[in-house]
Amino acid sequence: MGNESFSARITSGDNSILPLKTDEDVVRLRKQVRDDLVALGFSLIEQTKMVTAASELARNTLRYGGGGEAHVSRRHDNDRTGVELRFIDNGPGIANLELAMTDGYTSGGGLGLGLSGAKRLADEFQIDTEPGKGTTVRIAKWKML
Amino acid sequence: MERIPILRMGRLLLVTIQVDMHDRLAMALQEDLTNRIVKDRANGVLIDISALDIVDSFIGRMISDTAAMAKILDAKTVLVGMQPAVAITLVELGLTLEGVSTALNVELGMKMLEQPG
Repeated sequence: MGNESFSARITSGDNSILPLKTDEDVVRLRKQVRDDLVALGFSLIEQTKMVTAASELARNTLRYGGGGEAHVSRRHDNDRTGVELRFIDNGPGIANLELAMTDGYTSGGGLGLGLSGAKRLADEFQIDTEPGKGTTVRIAKWKML
Repeated sequence: MERIPILRMGRLLLVTIQVDMHDRLAMALQEDLTNRIVKDRANGVLIDISALDIVDSFIGRMISDTAAMAKILDAKTVLVGMQPAVAITLVELGLTLEGVSTALNVELGMKMLEQPG
């Protein structure tokens, strides 16, 4: 491990696109998100929450979406700075979103905290899914100035 | 495959997780620990996570499951060294690690394991 990390990452400006095909990719994504949050000066607690949310959603993309990719981007608003993550897969999609968002519900042997937990840990949460067409989850965390 | 080392001290097993674990590595640790409890006739397991900067639901579940398995194999498990930011995040995530004994550091964890019963 370690020597392949650059080949898999596409960076342009404030955006990175990372593949989510293996367990190791999830670890690389956590590191990338952490690096961005540290660079922007997020507190340790905010970093921990966002990296944990990223880990949950990356695992979902891998396990339930059949793999996909993560887009990590830095956002700049008028008076605040943030990190936005998008998790994109072309998997089976989620037929019953309300059920999937329920604490403790799982279709695949997990704890059922991935989506609902990530929503609680992030400041913004949005999910687009359609059966047969895949799922995109977007989360963002803002640093107040 | 990469494995997390397990040390034996008397009848205790000691694990210090120092790498950012991916899911297969977490499952391998669970398997190794349960095997070692039987092979080494251990009656206590101490898991030090002071070097972990996140515990997500998968790792959290691995830890609770391991503690439950150890209990069935007649060994106590103590989780030590959780960082405050990790504790805050875990509870917000919805994971309370019920059934897992915790201590602030290795020394206090060892004391808990050395108590009879």
